Amino acid sequence: MATTLVSQHAHLEPAAGGLLTLSLGPQHPSTHGVLRLMLEMDGENVVSIKPEIGFLHTGIEKSAESKTYHQVITLTDRIDYLCPMTNNLAFVLATEKLLALEPPPRAMYLRILLNELTRLNSHLVWLGTHALDLGAVTMMLYCFREREEILKLFEAVSGQRMMTSYFRVGGVSIEPPLPFYERAKRFLGYFPDRVDEYETLLTKNRIWLDRTKGIAAMSAKDAIAWGVSGPTLRASGVALDLRKTNPYAGYDKFEFDVPTRTEGDVYARYLVRVAEMRESVKIAKQALEGMPEGPVKANAPHIVMPDRERMKTEMEALIYHFKIVTEGFRVPAGEVFQAIESPRGIMGYYIVSDGTSHPMRMHVRTPSFVNLQALPKMCEGRLISDLVACIGSIDIVLGEIDR
Amino acid sequence: MPSTAQILDWLTIAKPYIIMGLVVAVWPLVSGYIVLMERKVMADMQVRLGPMRVGPHGLLQPIADALKLLIKEDIIPARVDKWVFWFAPVIPVLTALTAFAVLPFSQRYFVAELNVGVIFILAMTSIGVLGIMLGGWASNSSYPLLGALRSTAQLVSYEVAMGFAVVAAVMVAGSLDMVNIVKHQQASGVWFIFYQPIGFFIYLVAAMAETNRAPFDMPEAESELVAGFMTEYSGFRWALYFLAEYSNIFVVCSIATTLFFGGWLRPFPNVAWLNFLDWAPAVMLVGVGAGCLYLAGKQLSAANKIGMGVLGAAIIAVGLAFGVPMVIDYVSGPFWFLFKVAVMIYMFMWARFTFPRYRYDQLMQLGWKWMIPLGMANLLVTGVLILVKMQYWSAK
Repeated sequence: MATTLVSQHAHLEPAAGGLLTLSLGPQHPSTHGVLRLMLEMDGENVVSIKPEIGFLHTGIEKSAESKTYHQVITLTDRIDYLCPMTNNLAFVLATEKLLALEPPPRAMYLRILLNELTRLNSHLVWLGTHALDLGAVTMMLYCFREREEILKLFEAVSGQRMMTSYFRVGGVSIEPPLPFYERAKRFLGYFPDRVDEYETLLTKNRIWLDRTKGIAAMSAKDAIAWGVSGPTLRASGVALDLRKTNPYAGYDKFEFDVPTRTEGDVYARYLVRVAEMRESVKIAKQALEGMPEGPVKANAPHIVMPDRERMKTEMEALIYHFKIVTEGFRVPAGEVFQAIESPRGIMGYYIVSDGTSHPMRMHVRTPSFVNLQALPKMCEGRLISDLVACIGSIDIVLGEIDR
Repeated sequence: MPSTAQILDWLTIAKPYIIMGLVVAVWPLVSGYIVLMERKVMADMQVRLGPMRVGPHGLLQPIADALKLLIKEDIIPARVDKWVFWFAPVIPVLTALTAFAVLPFSQRYFVAELNVGVIFILAMTSIGVLGIMLGGWASNSSYPLLGALRSTAQLVSYEVAMGFAVVAAVMVAGSLDMVNIVKHQQASGVWFIFYQPIGFFIYLVAAMAETNRAPFDMPEAESELVAGFMTEYSGFRWALYFLAEYSNIFVVCSIATTLFFGGWLRPFPNVAWLNFLDWAPAVMLVGVGAGCLYLAGKQLSAANKIGMGVLGAAIIAVGLAFGVPMVIDYVSGPFWFLFKVAVMIYMFMWARFTFPRYRYDQLMQLGWKWMIPLGMANLLVTGVLILVKMQYWSAK
């Protein structure tokens, strides 16, 4: 038994040439989940890196094949637990594309508002944990203070803090309670000051600069060759942001910039993400101010779940409700790929429909999975401390890598 | 029936042993409360409350923690070097507590007045690193090994810088005796930090590195090496390392207090119109006690109310006792010494929660390329100034 185990994991054998084999993870404070890196070390220098993934495999893509489209929405939350709303959006948009269904404008604005809040949520967790990896413990708590407010906003709209499942095919689940808008506005009002506060702690901090500047740099050419996306790509100088280049869900109506840097190192990624937080606030404010009146669900009774009140008073609503819940809705046969800009990069859903109420095949193109590939390229030959800084800077979520 | 003179005689002989016994018996508890202080300070800086459950305001938390560590299973991993593994955590505790022997808590309270006190302490803290090295080596595991390697290199480098800083202060004092150094400060009427600001800065940085505190906590950098040299340790042995760490912090802060902040002297010891400062211990304790009584009213459970109330009353009683003129003379020395040490420890904590961690090679660079040359320059300037002063000043 033992021999078979060893032969399966041949890389667990002692490294040759006086090198030290170090298993960084799967349980390790700075691998952001259950990533395992098999390192060959020469003293403190990392000679080679072999990322080993799959410890958090959930089989979401396969499970989706046996669920109706509405049920799949709850699965998408769990792919990336830091940005549930963007995941919802990508799946919902893909399905809507197949159905040729257009959500009402209010729903679009709500989606964009919540998407940007999600981006803030995700970037806050990234900033907190990244700073924690580099030893700045207090940042973590400051970031989580603001994140708490965002989670409360999520709870206000969906009843859940993390696994929100708020978006629906054809709109969103329900109209948010009125105080939500007031609260979101207040949060967006003071949040930029909080970002300033973070920056006073880090941006010009000598130790922070020493630890991040020039570390794990990646050129634009390499980044494109490895398929890197998101802030990690933009820090290398490529202004690829799907919200700008391939607008979806109505992002073309909003004014915002795409922050980029050219250095491509850990510090550049930090600056890009911090700048992105400010841009997200801008977008969210525009969404709040320009929020049109009207329904939050499309007028498509065979697809969209009816309101509770109508269900109790109208015969048709009750029938549709019963049909949607028991057998779902049919989606015309075809295939679709819809990509969005998640906080980590390009998140795409590829759905093949055979005309039934279940997806025949669903594949998720996740940004962390692709970005992680570039880790050995960025970090081989560097110190183990730089490796930790780099893992933090590419902002991986293991649930998304293994799905 | 022995005469009063005889009793006093015995007391003088027994005094070092009494202090020794007190330190060894009470210190683990005190260090537990330093940990609680650290957690509370951290919580305060991080917009949270810190431990609040065990006792009023978490005041019994250290006792609960110690108890937990004591009753934990004693795990010795299978392939470790058993005896070294067993003994390694004892070394740093031993050396740190030995260093306490020459700390002058006041002109009355110290175990030994050694004419090479400063060197003795430096020697003891240097031996302490042996425990870390052996612990990391004996664990027979990658992370502890890396931690021990880092620790060794770091301590060796910063020992030098620290030495330069200490030597500069010793040159100003003209003595290696901890008690005499303070007496010199009393005589000159100025704390040595005003003569040696750069020396103090170097000492502070080197001391943080020496005690493995953030931003120099490389040997136990949790995001890189999990727990560094302590990774394989658990329960009581782990607690010993922890105790050693906090003892070392106390020792280096005490040296700083003695060398640069006038040890047990109150601020401006020679200015007569500031004599009211002698009442500070009493006033401060009564204030703290009043604060406890105020908080007692806010406690939710009856037990916490009573506990906080009793604590507040006790502190006020002690404070009032400290206000008696006859007692002041005995307590003001230790009070000021411990107060200054506490402020120093607070600075250590402040740095820990503010700065990111240095990288290992950057730490070495900082040590060898900045701290040591700076220390040397400081030494040179100090030497020249002393020479000039001796030649021209006192000649007149």
